[in-house]
Amino acid sequence: MVRSDQIRRPLSKAAGIAVLLAGGLLAASLCFGAPGDPSPLPSIFDPRSTPTKWIYDLSHFVLLITGLIFAVVFSLLTYVVVKYRKRQGDDGREPAQVYGSTQIELAWTVIPILVVVVLFLVTARAIHSIQDAPKPESAVEVVAIGHQFWWEFRYPQLGVVTANELHIPVSEAAHPTPAFLTLLSADTDHSFWVPQLAGKTDLIPNHVNHMWMDPNQTGIFLGQCAQYCGTQHAKMLLRVYVDTSEDFALWVRGQQQPAVLDANVTAGRRVFETTACINCHAVGGTVADGRFGPDLTHLMSRHTIASGAAENTKANLRLWMQKPDVIKPGSLMPAMQLSNADLDALVDYLETLR
Amino acid sequence: MSAVTSPFTERSPEWTLPYKGKVGMAGLIIAESAIFTIFVVAYLFYLGKSITGPTPREVLETPIFFTICLLSSSLTIHLAGKELENGHRKTFLILWSITIALGALFLFGTALEWHRLIYEHGLTISTNLFGTTYYSLVGLHATHVTAGLVMLTVVLLFGLADRVGIDQAARIGTLSLYWHFVDAVWIVVFTVVYIVGR
Amino acid sequence: MSSDAMAIPSATAEARPCVEVVHEWVTTVDHKRLGILYIVYALLFLVVGGIEAIIIRIQLIRPHNDLVSPQVFNRMFTMHGTTMIFFVAMPVLFGFANYLVPLMIGARDMAFPRLNAFSFWLTALGGLLLYFSFLGGNGLYGAGNAPDVGWWAYAPLTAKAFSPGPSSDYWTIALLVSGFGSIGTAINLIATILCLRCMGMTLNRMPLLAWLNLVMSGMVLIAITPLSAAQIMLLVDRYLGGHFFDTQAGGSATIWMHFFWIFGHPEVYVLIIPCFAFMSEIIPVFSRKPIFGYPVMVGATVCIAFVSLSVWAHHMFTIGMNSYANSFFTITTMAVGVPTGIKIFNWLGTMWGGSIQFKTPMLFSIGFLFQFLIAGLTGIMLASAPFDWQLSLSYFVVAHFHYVIVGGILFALFAAFYYWYPKMTGRMLSERLGKLHFWLFLIGFHLTFDVMHFAGILGMPRRIYTYEPRPGWGTLNLVVTIGAFIQGAAILVFVTNLVYSYFKGAKAGNDPWDAWTLEWSVSSPPPAYNFASIPVVASRRPLWDLKHPEDPDSRYE
Repeated sequence: MVRSDQIRRPLSKAAGIAVLLAGGLLAASLCFGAPGDPSPLPSIFDPRSTPTKWIYDLSHFVLLITGLIFAVVFSLLTYVVVKYRKRQGDDGREPAQVYGSTQIELAWTVIPILVVVVLFLVTARAIHSIQDAPKPESAVEVVAIGHQFWWEFRYPQLGVVTANELHIPVSEAAHPTPAFLTLLSADTDHSFWVPQLAGKTDLIPNHVNHMWMDPNQTGIFLGQCAQYCGTQHAKMLLRVYVDTSEDFALWVRGQQQPAVLDANVTAGRRVFETTACINCHAVGGTVADGRFGPDLTHLMSRHTIASGAAENTKANLRLWMQKPDVIKPGSLMPAMQLSNADLDALVDYLETLR
Repeated sequence: MSAVTSPFTERSPEWTLPYKGKVGMAGLIIAESAIFTIFVVAYLFYLGKSITGPTPREVLETPIFFTICLLSSSLTIHLAGKELENGHRKTFLILWSITIALGALFLFGTALEWHRLIYEHGLTISTNLFGTTYYSLVGLHATHVTAGLVMLTVVLLFGLADRVGIDQAARIGTLSLYWHFVDAVWIVVFTVVYIVGR
Repeated sequence: MSSDAMAIPSATAEARPCVEVVHEWVTTVDHKRLGILYIVYALLFLVVGGIEAIIIRIQLIRPHNDLVSPQVFNRMFTMHGTTMIFFVAMPVLFGFANYLVPLMIGARDMAFPRLNAFSFWLTALGGLLLYFSFLGGNGLYGAGNAPDVGWWAYAPLTAKAFSPGPSSDYWTIALLVSGFGSIGTAINLIATILCLRCMGMTLNRMPLLAWLNLVMSGMVLIAITPLSAAQIMLLVDRYLGGHFFDTQAGGSATIWMHFFWIFGHPEVYVLIIPCFAFMSEIIPVFSRKPIFGYPVMVGATVCIAFVSLSVWAHHMFTIGMNSYANSFFTITTMAVGVPTGIKIFNWLGTMWGGSIQFKTPMLFSIGFLFQFLIAGLTGIMLASAPFDWQLSLSYFVVAHFHYVIVGGILFALFAAFYYWYPKMTGRMLSERLGKLHFWLFLIGFHLTFDVMHFAGILGMPRRIYTYEPRPGWGTLNLVVTIGAFIQGAAILVFVTNLVYSYFKGAKAGNDPWDAWTLEWSVSSPPPAYNFASIPVVASRRPLWDLKHPEDPDSRYE
């Protein structure tokens, strides 16, 4: 029994390591998404902006130090377990009873303190660089307001109001145009997390937060709410569209227009404006001025609805209004109890809101 | 074999450990202090942050008389304990009763103050942040005074039935610790609410 | 008390009416029985909390799974966390403390036996009240029964506006009640340890288990109470129209966070310190050496207790505190890692030069050392605020704290079970089942919690009932779930061992492990009065002195 124990202990270590390594290799191979990947991977180890790059660099240093500590202590543990195991030939005498050693204990107190000091200094520098970064004149200012369970984005200087899909320009080193976000909440706590663009910052009612990001590459970056905010916290998704400055200007101009007034869909528009829709939703330039739900003025300029829970297709739009619980059970969009005819007219109307 | 003997043959005569009643009460006091600290922190944090309603300066009147009552009761309970240790049961009972009366007077003063605040100034626990934090903090203290008075009264009843003597002196001392704690908390609450907070 | 009367022979096993036995247990004030009640209670809730975890893991086995609705899922993770912390970890640790402390310090019982019983029943009531919510409660937007606001119950999610039904109140009141139970036990432990030690047992000669439970109890007094205070404030808000956390009236959501974490962080040290105690008793016995550096072990623990009171806002790095606050909490959090790390070195120093026996308690102890090391290192990563801005609120953090709680605390608890079960029941647990339990659990644990770190790195936040099919998320979650089932199987092996060995285990005798502290000097199980005559001790290891009269510890201390 004793001998098999002796072999098993080191084997168990090996087993543990094997699992660790296998998991590590598996996951490491998944950690890095290729640029322009059609299904982007929101990995924290794939930074595409300055704050995330600084965090990434810091993380390397931290991982190095912790890796070293692990290697040293793990080696000690393995050595001790192998070398000092009770052997067959032992005559049952107790080993030397050692009570302690002041020098050794001093050494393994002082060294960790030094490690902590170094780690702290490096960390403090990163904290200040990120949090206390000055806002340049050319920054794009966005106010993000968290709701249960969607994101409101306002661009105060540009007169734009939209929801769920954030557009910001790519920031070039020569002429930086970072996006500086002011974070507010209309109800409970939320958290804005797009791992490739910035560390997460919470949106807390009655508490103003700030964050910034300067993406160095165009593309779509994914994220989602990270602070549990209620039933549909899981589907409060984020899409950040980093556009070239031309595309961004184009998008802004489109968003600044009042709603399209298409004469063909007056029936649907009437349904919209005479039912409870306008209690929650706004359509610029019409009587609809509700603030509880997303602004629908340019609904069709978005690729998804229900904060990313479904693609923005005719069928999904219809389903969303008829039975929202199928797409996002527990969201605050009520089932509108409309007749089929009204529903169809409504969808036709909404589809004109480009 | 369940006895363990030591290699030492002489037993040390000096093996006295603290009285468990006092240690237990000290533990309770530490825990209660932590609770009060959180309420005091909330009170201080929310000073000046009420959106509406009366402010402390507008409505608070410093309860000097009733504070003196409460703090004097610490003196009387201390003296009562001393008398009991010396076997003077009658004097103990008198001082004990005075303690209870002073504590009850303090509670009466709190009631008067609250009545005035509610009916003359319309300040309730739900009026604004000041109302919430004030009534919670002072109310928490008053609850502890009440609990203390209940315990003191129970002891009084036992005392009147002639069951409290020198042998109970240690326990009376433990209970007195609680009462002193209640008074000490009032000093803090008084300073925070009526001095700093205005 | 210290008469030389003969030990009363243990009662013969005559059939007694069931009612009488139950009555005895329900009205007991004996610390040993209360300890067992706490432990059994905790084991029951371990199974319940484990079932909640299995439900969570099956729901997350693939993207867009629909085993349970979001409402049910949110209840599951809330109840899982609340149950495991308050109705598994706290009771089981208080149970062991209750059982062992008086025996180890040579006392007949705790300082306040009736308070002891009262505290247990308060805790028990709290658990029942929490679970009654499945029948009686009403959750977010009236969407259910049990609490579904997360085990931190962040404001304003718990405000009447967002949680109109009473489910948040079940959470609040259940924890308030059991919190008072915890405070009662803490007071009891402090009074017992300071006032009831047997002659010769100075504080310097007390077993480390007693020392560490003393420190833990002191922390309970000032850590649990902030939560109690915050919960009273929440009740004022919900029922008396108060505005403590009412952001519409100028109240602050962040102040709940501060109060909660001022409780929450010391709480996790409250949980781990008794586990350090178990390790400090078990590792020396199975290495056949005394603990390396007893005074430093005590000093480091006291240090941890104090420093841990200053680190709480590392749970709040993302809420927008300024850079000075974030830096402060970074340094204090990293600093608390120093005394903690020192302890690992001291345990290694204990094993160094020893003669290590790989019985089941030692296997779990070695697992503890390995896993606690890793948990501490991922903790250092999280302590670095900017790194935390990516890692927090994701599955990385979930992996980290489960590494501490399962890989650390639960492993230490398993070691304690295998070590002290013989003392409590008079029977040895099966070594074969024990080793099967260990290996199964080790594999399942690492499969789940090693892999889970990567889900967080790939951007998966926590507390989500489903997720999008991002690359890798599905595979990682599948592996995590498989590991969970393996751990469940291991728990079944463990429970089987507990039950089987109670009836069929080898007789243990007084001292099956050849150990050195006072509990091994009495019979297994001990008589109701613990010691026929109160011992007198002259060193930290009184039984070593007895067994080695030619070389007693008292000569070296």
